[in-house]
Amino acid sequence: MTKAPSVSTTRKIKVDALSRVEGEGALDLHIQNGVIKDLKFRIFEPPRFFEALLRGRDHSEAPDITSRICGICPIAYQLGASQAMEDALGISVTGPLRDLRRLIYCGEWIESHVLHAAMLHAPDFLGLDDALQIAKVNPELVKTALRLKKLGNDILDVVGGRAVHPVNLKVGGFYKVPTKARVRELIEPLKWAIDASRGVTLAFGGFDFPDFDYDYTCVSLRHADEYAIHEGRIVSNRGLDIAVKEFPDHFLEEHVAHSNALHGMLREGEAAYLTGPIARYNNNYDQLSQLAKSTAKEAGLGRVVTNPFKSIVVRMVETVYALEESLRIASAYEEPDGSCVTVAPHAGTGHGCTEAPRGICYHRYQLDDAGLILRATIVPPTAQNQKQIEADLRGVVERNLKLDDEKLKWRCEQTIRNYDPCISCATHFLKLSVKRD
Amino acid sequence: MAAQKISAKPKLAVWKFSSCDGCQLSLLGCEDELLAVADRVEFAYFLEATRAQIKGPYDISLVEGSITTAEEEERIHKIRRQSKVLITIGACATAGGIQALKNFADVDEFIRTVYAHPEFIKTLQKSTAIADHVKVDMELRGCPIDKKQLLEVLGAYLIGRKPNLPDQSQCMECKLAGTVCVMVAKGQACLGPVTHAGCGNLCPSFDRGCYGCFGPKELPNTSALAARLGELGLDDKQRRDLFRTFNTAAAPFMKESLNYD
Repeated sequence: MTKAPSVSTTRKIKVDALSRVEGEGALDLHIQNGVIKDLKFRIFEPPRFFEALLRGRDHSEAPDITSRICGICPIAYQLGASQAMEDALGISVTGPLRDLRRLIYCGEWIESHVLHAAMLHAPDFLGLDDALQIAKVNPELVKTALRLKKLGNDILDVVGGRAVHPVNLKVGGFYKVPTKARVRELIEPLKWAIDASRGVTLAFGGFDFPDFDYDYTCVSLRHADEYAIHEGRIVSNRGLDIAVKEFPDHFLEEHVAHSNALHGMLREGEAAYLTGPIARYNNNYDQLSQLAKSTAKEAGLGRVVTNPFKSIVVRMVETVYALEESLRIASAYEEPDGSCVTVAPHAGTGHGCTEAPRGICYHRYQLDDAGLILRATIVPPTAQNQKQIEADLRGVVERNLKLDDEKLKWRCEQTIRNYDPCISCATHFLKLSVKRD
Repeated sequence: MAAQKISAKPKLAVWKFSSCDGCQLSLLGCEDELLAVADRVEFAYFLEATRAQIKGPYDISLVEGSITTAEEEERIHKIRRQSKVLITIGACATAGGIQALKNFADVDEFIRTVYAHPEFIKTLQKSTAIADHVKVDMELRGCPIDKKQLLEVLGAYLIGRKPNLPDQSQCMECKLAGTVCVMVAKGQACLGPVTHAGCGNLCPSFDRGCYGCFGPKELPNTSALAARLGELGLDDKQRRDLFRTFNTAAAPFMKESLNYD
């Protein structure tokens, strides 16, 4: 047990390899005489150069190639890339095919949110190393979470062919639409899951949340008719309201020495911002279902969430919503006549943006006459959140200087895990000193 | 993999190199089996799932990802020394992954394209498979791996038998499942004849040709397939790119792609 520190000391806390996150990250913290001298959330995930290697590939290959950026949220890449290509080629996917896209995206939210909330984040609130230790004290909770997560994966499987890197999505829609019988098989498990996910939400709502609030600039998609998942305009709680194609005009990235992921920030004031479940909840609360709203209330959430540690509850509220949406779409599903919209390739530039489980994920591609990719830009959510993660860490450390090193280290890890950081995603993208065209 | 006598609760370690995390996620994706697996093996090192870390040596190491940095080049040797059995999981670990597309390119130009400060970035010229660096006891193919195959390997290890994994072509899986051949019936480009089985004829059952994510089968006749793809109307670039995706550093696919460069 480390001794509680006296005021006039130099403390160096290092987390060399963060656990319960996707990918490789680390934290360096240097405190001198009770003041933070240096704090770095480092991403050392090796770069894989997706934007560079996409050049020269056919536009139809982008969904499959970019999905390999992340094994946890492949739909964010497959759909973001597809929508950008559709934008460039001037087509849109509507009706039942659009519904199927929303359904598979709900599946991704469910599997990703439950994995993170129950298996990666909840152990922090219980002082345990992992979900297997939770299973020893509360096996039913873990079994329920695993069943919920599996249902999310089942949706990916039914619509996309497999849970990780599905094969059925393409520019314009799908290779083959699922049969009505297979989609309808999801209905009964979904009915169970809505109730079960409420139970998990309320259980997590009872956690003891560290005392910390932040006046976030919340950036998310917003759609006129629905809680935005796979389409919408980019909005903020400070009045931003732009089309997806205007993203580069309002956001920029900075390449700092300590990270292989670029730090996202607002062009105006070079300020940090928040994207992800809390941003969506705060911006689009009015569009949640009645059940999701009442579950949030029962779990102790207000209309606006400012404590990042409560993101675990927001993720579960979104899970309840995604399960309800899945049930609605599955119940109404009729097999459409065609599986996709096709168009001959031509030159163009297109933008796409969807709400990955961790926040907005922006794609931009420029195509030549033959539909080959000339330039690619992908801005994943964890990179955008990186600057805000560091700001949160500073605030949390300042309030917890009395904790001994081991406890402070764990609190910092928990703070980073509030973001469900997907470091594999964050490490790969393009400088945005983009020439306008 | 040699069947070895093992202790009552073997220590399992999961290691990550350059990758998307999808293959190690397949272990957490074994929702029905995860708690049973945890009863039989100790998760001694599995960063994605637990803070707990138990020192080696390890009975089984699962290795995800390819080698793309000097640090990774060193680390894999340390892991090999600590591992009784080392199993590579997925296309990155077995064949360099999609990031091995840089093996055909000017890496410095790649760095300049993606990063504002190239001097901050340290990367090797090539993305290489784990077996290019250390002895590998067994490979699990796929981008991503199939979780049933992962459970088969772990289960076989626990009772000391040889795992039952198919080694034929993807084509055979279609025949066994009764899936109509998309190349013969619809003229679609398909890598099934040269691709390792394991996915369970996934893409053809969705009306699309196999794109080779399980990598080359043993002794694949890639040139005969490439010639047929030419007859179906694929130009040189399309044939090159078809062999140049997630298993691009696997020798048979790389060599065939170079014929059309």
